[in-house]
Amino acid sequence: MSHQLQPGTLETLFRARRAAGHKLLVPYITGGLPGWQDAVRAAAAAGADAIEIGIPFSDPVMDGPIIQQASQTALEAGATPVSILNETRSLDVSIPLAVMTYYNTVHHAGHERFAAQLAGAGIVAAIVPDLPLEESGPWCAAADLAGIETVMLAAPTAPDARLPLVVARARGFVYSVGLLGVTGERDTLAHTATALARRLKAITDVPVLVGVGVSNAAQAREACEVADGVVMGASVMRRLLEGGADAVGDFVGDVRHAIQY
Amino acid sequence: MSLMAQPSDTGRFGEFGGRFVPETLVPACQELEAAFVDAWADPQYRDELHQLLRTYAGRPSIITECHNLSEQLGIRLALKREDLNHTGSHKINNVLGQALLAKRMGKKRIVAETGAGQHGVASATAAALLGLECKVYMGAVDVERQSLNVFRMKLLGSEVEAVHSGSRTLKDAVNEAMRDWVATVETSHYCLGSVMGPHPYPWMVREFHRVIGDEARAQSVELWGDVPDVAVACVGGGSNAIGMFSGFVDDRTRLVGVEPAGGAAVSRAQPGVVHGMRSYLMQDEYGQVQEAHSISAGLDYPGVGPEHSYLASIGRAEYPNVTDAEVIDAFQLMARSEGIIPALECAHALAWIVRAAPEMKGQTVLMNLSGRGDKDVAQMMDVLGG
Repeated sequence: MSHQLQPGTLETLFRARRAAGHKLLVPYITGGLPGWQDAVRAAAAAGADAIEIGIPFSDPVMDGPIIQQASQTALEAGATPVSILNETRSLDVSIPLAVMTYYNTVHHAGHERFAAQLAGAGIVAAIVPDLPLEESGPWCAAADLAGIETVMLAAPTAPDARLPLVVARARGFVYSVGLLGVTGERDTLAHTATALARRLKAITDVPVLVGVGVSNAAQAREACEVADGVVMGASVMRRLLEGGADAVGDFVGDVRHAIQY
Repeated sequence: MSLMAQPSDTGRFGEFGGRFVPETLVPACQELEAAFVDAWADPQYRDELHQLLRTYAGRPSIITECHNLSEQLGIRLALKREDLNHTGSHKINNVLGQALLAKRMGKKRIVAETGAGQHGVASATAAALLGLECKVYMGAVDVERQSLNVFRMKLLGSEVEAVHSGSRTLKDAVNEAMRDWVATVETSHYCLGSVMGPHPYPWMVREFHRVIGDEARAQSVELWGDVPDVAVACVGGGSNAIGMFSGFVDDRTRLVGVEPAGGAAVSRAQPGVVHGMRSYLMQDEYGQVQEAHSISAGLDYPGVGPEHSYLASIGRAEYPNVTDAEVIDAFQLMARSEGIIPALECAHALAWIVRAAPEMKGQTVLMNLSGRGDKDVAQMMDVLGG
């Protein structure tokens, strides 16, 4: 597939690491949750390649109970997109930072303004799970101009004809949705996780990361047998909610070790 | 061409509508759109739906002149009696259409959200009739205040799940139904209950409710020799209102959609994106969706269907709002004056009519009585003190 001529910061880094035989690990952490900055630092120190910072939304339809709870707790603690981006500036970690938020956060701020706010906070990429390809044009145009890489999601339900269209618009990496369902921990890795990653790897050289339903180190390793890496959300957030930043660091370290074979 | 024709290819009514769903659901929405277009053009499907509406739902619904209220208010008031449909509301029109469509698509299961329980009961009914499995999501607050409808759904063989997240009302029931659909999209159809959600729902559900407006127009002409001066309906998502408006939108009739004061999305006129659509939405300065507050579970929704936002934005329809106190008065007024206990949702429409009557002297006013009030009796016993 043809792709943008000049890959951005995130994609350049991911391609280079992949070329060096490295599997990519992106933990998700809900911004604004008490202790979130320490969790980001711990994850970075434990070997994360990038961090996905969640800007919580009142109605997170792609999220299961753990991330719903984290989002609600953060909102009740007074988190806003502005406060989270302000706190992001003081993180001082050396790996790239992406944000995950729902489209109304972007829409309400305005595309250009939101893209500028992200860039101003040192964010390099954005994931907007309720903004599918057909509706993504205005945001992507603003993001491209501001140098924000828009990660596109690919889903197991996509017919073969749809995947190349999604991949062609993906910047940074392709987020290969691991299962039919919302975020949350599962006992086993769904067969759809590796099946979709395989379909994507066959049509693109943009890094392919599996997310949603990758629940532990063993599942991450299984996903990485096909994919270039994993995004891990609910499993990380459960540890943050239960055990704080140290527990996040330990977990990310375990996953790092498991996929670095 | 009618002002309420097909939306654009991207499901837009003006700048409202669209399809803002997780990637997982995009193919399902495309499949549904194709299936609806195909079915709607298929005489066999249309005939089957027509037969069900006639012999099962009890259509056409009548219109009733309100002689007592007309005299009291100085207007000529008539009611479109959707409360007399099987299951007690207009919701059956949409549900029969979607359940037939689900079967046509080979789906074995439907998922629905419900506020007051009217759409949930209608969905459970259609599922029982047509042999589909049915799961209904209902906010925990609504489960509490509409326990009769919860039991009704269970009697009809459906599973009802109380939703404890967020405001624990209709908004959160929609979230949970969408989460279910994301996980079960290969076997389940999301039987959405209003003219909201991602394309093609706002359009498709409107077409299923167009029968209200078509009948009402003919009945008005028969009763008054003309279309009404004013057509009034309550608006939560806005399905009964859109059905009513569809009959008169190209006429001179003044169109009025009445929102609850605590859920007045159109009055605030702030566009937002939630539940798959761009429409007017109650939200804070950062775009967090705000909780609606209404005595009526069916109108307890912070958004509104996109076509209503469009009709409001071009000035074709108006969307005033009424308070819970006005609604409680109107609820009792209709019961005492006409011997009809209206659903609390519909009491919103009457509350506005009562307020606006002095400026409508002598005018013909057609109100959509979209549901009966039996479900609200227990709640009103608490409010009014038995």
